[in-house]
Amino acid sequence: MSKFKKKKGGELPAISTASLPDIVFMLLFFFMVATVMRDSTLMVVNKLPAADQVEKLDKKDRVMYIYAGKPSSRYEDKYGTSAKIQLNDKFASVNEVGAFVLAERASKRQELQNVLTTALKVDSETKMGLIQDIKQELRKVSALKINYTTRVGNYQQNLN
Amino acid sequence: MAKRAAPEVNAGSMADIAFLLLIFFLVTTTIETDSGLNRKLPPMEDQVDPPIIREKNIFTVVVNKNNQLLVEEELTDIADLRELAIQFLDNGGGVGEEACDYCQGEKNPSSSDNPDKAIISLKNDRETSYKVYISVQNELVAAYNDLRNREFQRLYPSAGISYVEAQKRYDDPRTSMEVQEDLKPKLDRVKEMFPQKLSEAEPNKTN
Repeated sequence: MSKFKKKKGGELPAISTASLPDIVFMLLFFFMVATVMRDSTLMVVNKLPAADQVEKLDKKDRVMYIYAGKPSSRYEDKYGTSAKIQLNDKFASVNEVGAFVLAERASKRQELQNVLTTALKVDSETKMGLIQDIKQELRKVSALKINYTTRVGNYQQNLN
Repeated sequence: MAKRAAPEVNAGSMADIAFLLLIFFLVTTTIETDSGLNRKLPPMEDQVDPPIIREKNIFTVVVNKNNQLLVEEELTDIADLRELAIQFLDNGGGVGEEACDYCQGEKNPSSSDNPDKAIISLKNDRETSYKVYISVQNELVAAYNDLRNREFQRLYPSAGISYVEAQKRYDDPRTSMEVQEDLKPKLDRVKEMFPQKLSEAEPNKTN
């Protein structure tokens, strides 16, 4: 009978913390895997247009990114409100695009140099003139594979 | 009556549980990849002698600076663009050597001869908005995809998938080599039936 007698003392047993490191490591690994490294901070407004006939753009090592759009609000007083191109971490003019592509291409492995894709991440409010200029520059350095990066969605979302 | 502390919970298996969870998340998390419309720019070199293309084989799409759409010189809504492009590509009005035996269009002699000859010409103004341009591009690609889906399903009903799905499966690195090798000739054949001939004119200069 006395075997099942309730304990009288009020003190709680200490919870073992031996597994705490495991939990922490688990979280660490999870975030390590799920985080996508962004190599450049975005300095332009970048609301991508929607399209539904999209193809996936995987193999990140074969892609170089060109951003374009209006400077975001904290750069507005310094750079104005007209649409600009962003390469890596700074604003650039149109004639710098060619040099950027060549530099990016040179930094890749030999066998990837001919299969590079240029992803154009352009804000939906941009005028085509700027994009046309970028495309013209890309043609000059024969970076002919491009990808207009979009959100996945119906095109009608673009029009209102 | 001896005072006894509650037995400690065995934490030895906690690590196993942690690893189980870790592996679960590792497997289920997909790192978000960008997607978009793939396009190919024409090379810079000017063609020595541009090929002669008959007017009826060209489908002109013009977007002006007010984002209005002119299809074959008529003001059109973007919602109708896909249907018009399909009609043009699928027309098959050619005779003799230029006949198209798989086209299901109206065979109108004043529209395109066959899908191989049919060219969509897209022209935009410098003031055109990017989002409208993308919408137009999207609808034109959709027209090609719709036609390719139709032919893929007609030729290979046993595959049970559409052209777009097949292409996706082909591009997926997880797909086995055998499946890829099986899909490649099928995809190429359908692509050849409706080749994407989308030409972009140099932009209008606005003063």
